[in-house]
Amino acid sequence: MNALTVMWHRQIKEYFRNKQRLLVTLIQPLLFLIAFGFGIGGMFEQVGNGNYIQFLIPGIVGMTILMSSTMNGMSLIWDKQFGFLKETLVAPVSRSSLLFGRCLGGATTSTIQGIIVLFLGFIMGFRIVNWFLFPICIIFMFIISLLFNLLGTSIASKFDDMQSFPIIMNVLIMPMIFISGALFPVNNFPKIIQLLIKINPFTYAVNILKFSLGVSYKINMFLSLGILILLIIILGIIGTKLFNKIET
Amino acid sequence: MIAINVINLSKKFKKFIAIDNINFKVNDGEIFAFLGPNGAGKSTTIKMMTTISKPTTGSITIAGFNTAKEEKNVRKSIGVIFQDPTLDDDLTAYENLYYHASLYGIPKKEIKNKIEKMLDNIGLLERKDELVKKFSGGMKRRVEIARGLLHSPKILFLDEPTLGLDVQTRAFLWDQIKKINKKQKITIFFTTHNLDEAEKIATKIAIIDNGKILIEGTSKYIKKTTKTDTLENAFLKLTGYDIREQSGSNIEQMRKRFRK
Repeated sequence: MNALTVMWHRQIKEYFRNKQRLLVTLIQPLLFLIAFGFGIGGMFEQVGNGNYIQFLIPGIVGMTILMSSTMNGMSLIWDKQFGFLKETLVAPVSRSSLLFGRCLGGATTSTIQGIIVLFLGFIMGFRIVNWFLFPICIIFMFIISLLFNLLGTSIASKFDDMQSFPIIMNVLIMPMIFISGALFPVNNFPKIIQLLIKINPFTYAVNILKFSLGVSYKINMFLSLGILILLIIILGIIGTKLFNKIET
Repeated sequence: MIAINVINLSKKFKKFIAIDNINFKVNDGEIFAFLGPNGAGKSTTIKMMTTISKPTTGSITIAGFNTAKEEKNVRKSIGVIFQDPTLDDDLTAYENLYYHASLYGIPKKEIKNKIEKMLDNIGLLERKDELVKKFSGGMKRRVEIARGLLHSPKILFLDEPTLGLDVQTRAFLWDQIKKINKKQKITIFFTTHNLDEAEKIATKIAIIDNGKILIEGTSKYIKKTTKTDTLENAFLKLTGYDIREQSGSNIEQMRKRFRK
């Protein structure tokens, strides 16, 4: 095992060992699923927008991934506080392998959560139109997870305490969810917010999930995917720089 | 051969000068004690020597490698036991050592044997599959020592290794350290507030305060130069009787926050 696989392995192992965290990260999307599914569903369909559950599930899956991925940054802060980070910092390995190992591990667990929520969606009546696209859907989930793991972990590298990080992340994540078209259509927002929608990476994440789940989508799939991959590269570079600067 | 060579080393944090142009050498096979009051600059120096933080000016050579330019070679040559625990509490003792071995590139075939031998040495082989969070402070320290030695380093750094340990664990720990120093010729560099321990174990001692090295030599030499009868008196004579304030470790800071 090299450093990358060590960190990957470890993040997954810890995730499954921590049963509470497993539950907590599933409860929030479940709440949104029920609240929005039943709460807005009827209204949505009356206006003639089509089946709301079909519209909502890709968004909820995306939201699950976004939340759990960015929150994986918490594990870095945890490791800072409890010292394990130091152990990895004095090891003869590159900082980028530590960063990517962590993020790949986090991306794996976030993808698993996304799949679980997708199957919960089936109970709510969601149907996959084209099963051939399902493997692609999983790959897309992983790409999105990796991107937001990099974001969360890069930001976490600048924080030392456990209180401020989740607050900052919530302030960042909530608007991303609301102006992405994940929960409701965003056509009616004023112009200025339309611009924000366009620069919101989560918009493109939701878009490719909709594509891969056979739900109607707005933006060109290749363009969306390209933007997400480009962002992964950029955040990978920034994250490595930040990791190289960590001094404890 | 020189194990550690520190030349004109300084470290500045914004306006504060933590380390002020220090020089010292540690020879191969020595047991070197680095003493000083709280906030004197001990941990800062250890962090620079172990490549976690970079010197502002000056250089450090560890086992022949420059800490700023040849980080990887330095890291391979050293084992580090930090002041605060650095084990992963959610992993078992075996897993902690296994990941360590993998990070240091120990061949897969050798890992299991090595770990089991190490755990046997510290008397924890039977508990290898228990989560570390269930271990006492002393047991955790022993696991950390085993981990620090797992990749056969040339130099072992210990930052206050006996802090908060009971008498038995302390005796065991120093005994182990003396053994590995003798048998495997591993150079030992440690800090402590327990001057008796330093006097008993160290072959050479340096006393640092306010980022400057005040004296360096054998305990005999230090006592003679300061005209005192014990190392403790020598220490007090050199560093004064003022009580120092220190910001405390990460965990302590966190505990303070939670208490608010």
